[in-house]
Amino acid sequence: MSDTTIETATATAPARRRAGMPLAIILALGWIGLVLFVALAADWINPYAFTAMDLRNRLAAPVFMGGSWSHPLGTDELGRDVLSRLIVSIRMSLLIAFGATLISAALGVALGFLAAHFRGLAEQAVMALVDFQAAMPFLILALAVLAFFGNSLALFICLLGLNGWERYARIARGLAISAGAQGYAAAVQQLGASPWRVYGRHVLPNIASTLIVSMTLAFPEIILLESGLSFLGLGVQPPGTSLGNMVGYGREYLTRAPWILLAPSVVIVLTTLAVSMLGDWLRDRLDPTLR
Amino acid sequence: MTPLLEARELVRRYSMRRGMLGRPVEVRAVNGVTLRLEAGRTLGLVGESGCGKSTTGRMVLGLEAPDEGDVQFEGAPMPPPGSLPWRRQRARMQMVYQDPLGALDRRLPIGVQVAEPLQIHGLPADATRVHALLRQVGLRPDQAERYPHELSGGQRQRAVLARALATDPVLLVCDEPISALDVSIQAQVMNLLVELQQQRGIALLFISHDLRAVRQMSHRVAVMYLGRIVEEGEPDAVLHDPAHPYAQALVSAIPDPTRRGNRIVLQGDPPNPAARPSGCAFHPRCPLAVSLCARQAPALKPRPGDGRLVACHVAQGEAAPMRKAA
Repeated sequence: MSDTTIETATATAPARRRAGMPLAIILALGWIGLVLFVALAADWINPYAFTAMDLRNRLAAPVFMGGSWSHPLGTDELGRDVLSRLIVSIRMSLLIAFGATLISAALGVALGFLAAHFRGLAEQAVMALVDFQAAMPFLILALAVLAFFGNSLALFICLLGLNGWERYARIARGLAISAGAQGYAAAVQQLGASPWRVYGRHVLPNIASTLIVSMTLAFPEIILLESGLSFLGLGVQPPGTSLGNMVGYGREYLTRAPWILLAPSVVIVLTTLAVSMLGDWLRDRLDPTLR
Repeated sequence: MTPLLEARELVRRYSMRRGMLGRPVEVRAVNGVTLRLEAGRTLGLVGESGCGKSTTGRMVLGLEAPDEGDVQFEGAPMPPPGSLPWRRQRARMQMVYQDPLGALDRRLPIGVQVAEPLQIHGLPADATRVHALLRQVGLRPDQAERYPHELSGGQRQRAVLARALATDPVLLVCDEPISALDVSIQAQVMNLLVELQQQRGIALLFISHDLRAVRQMSHRVAVMYLGRIVEEGEPDAVLHDPAHPYAQALVSAIPDPTRRGNRIVLQGDPPNPAARPSGCAFHPRCPLAVSLCARQAPALKPRPGDGRLVACHVAQGEAAPMRKAA
């Protein structure tokens, strides 16, 4: 008797949750899925090579502005297909933004936990690094690193990952210390758990909601930072392309050919919006007390 | 027979700073506590808040290292906190907390949390074992799927107990385990603790400020004041006929409808461990204090008449009281 009630309880629970998923989240998930698909399948769905020039069709208008279907989103000043460039840019920008966000979150959380666990000297060292990072203009750091080590994609992603780690470190340290004071972390430690278990299984899931929100806030920032650096000639260099890079170079043709700038801008706005909404929803979903 | 747990002359100091530029002041939270606990017995530790009960409990469990003195568990000294032997030893000694909601991870169902000590110590952690533990503390096995916030206060405390009992510990330190619960549930949890002790022969260190609870639970009672044990003995003896003036005041504070007008109301401020009075720490508030009390701290020793352990010059007959107790 009691067994059947347990079974029905567990069977109905997921259905209730799925029914509660709002339309906006479905749209956001759909958009992110589409963008990820485009990024992964870029080589197969590209109508043209992204560097291929069509000099007779320079600055051709997109379909919705009276252009032809041979270049659905128009072409730029060198006659390169905007759609093809957009597809390759999405791949590049997503790689940079996801990579950098994950690197900075992992670095920040690891250092924050180190500080919270060992306290004393280790904590002071980490906090001094945090203050240093917060006080240092990131552009100067980026210029110095790229000037000394040259520019490569891996280095660029790592560099952007260095931007903003101090926020995660502060959050992770503060929340880990308060978790210890709240009792559940201390209680698990008292059970004989190793620090790996305490932080990995208890503290991290408990503070994940705050970290996820902070990551969704950092994600658009990194896309914009990448475009800024690319514009300064520090980021993705021509002939390579990224969303920020396209916006930067399309700026000069803003009045004559706004579609060059419009397409990547729309993608940036929609992607960051979708990531933010998804993060917010995920935070609520991951918290069993709010269900 | 060596006792299960023996603590000798424990001292724990904290440094406290008054204001931004103040000099650090040493606070002796625990100042020379000696206690012993035999297997299967209960020692009740009572005293007002801030007297060092919880710190004593934490040092006895090895969660904090004492600044002076030592703790022997099963005849061996306590390993340093956080080390591997210390972590292994956690399977033998466990803690029950005052605030069960704070002590449980609100993101995990309680079944998972009850299984956790078993996983940590490499014991089989299958569902039948978890369900048996839950049943033992009076929870239903299907409540293993519940999250802590979905349970009532008493059920949460039972879940904490199930987790503490999972590895079959021989010592349980209960730090105010019932003070966050309402009265009917307090009785249930106390009965459960007594029942579990009888079944499993667990030794309990029962820390509380509730004298009735301590009397019901304990085989021996120790009364603490400002980091020291001032009286120790059988619960009925200590709580019916206290020898130490502080214990007398404490006992007279229990509401009793049959007693008329002989309640001892202590004068003066509650004690401040940062500014410890000279001699006997209780002398500024003590109705019986004599000049010797301000000069010399009394030792905890058996009283000449009946052998009750008490730390008081007057009770020991070393000094005559100045005036009768009010």
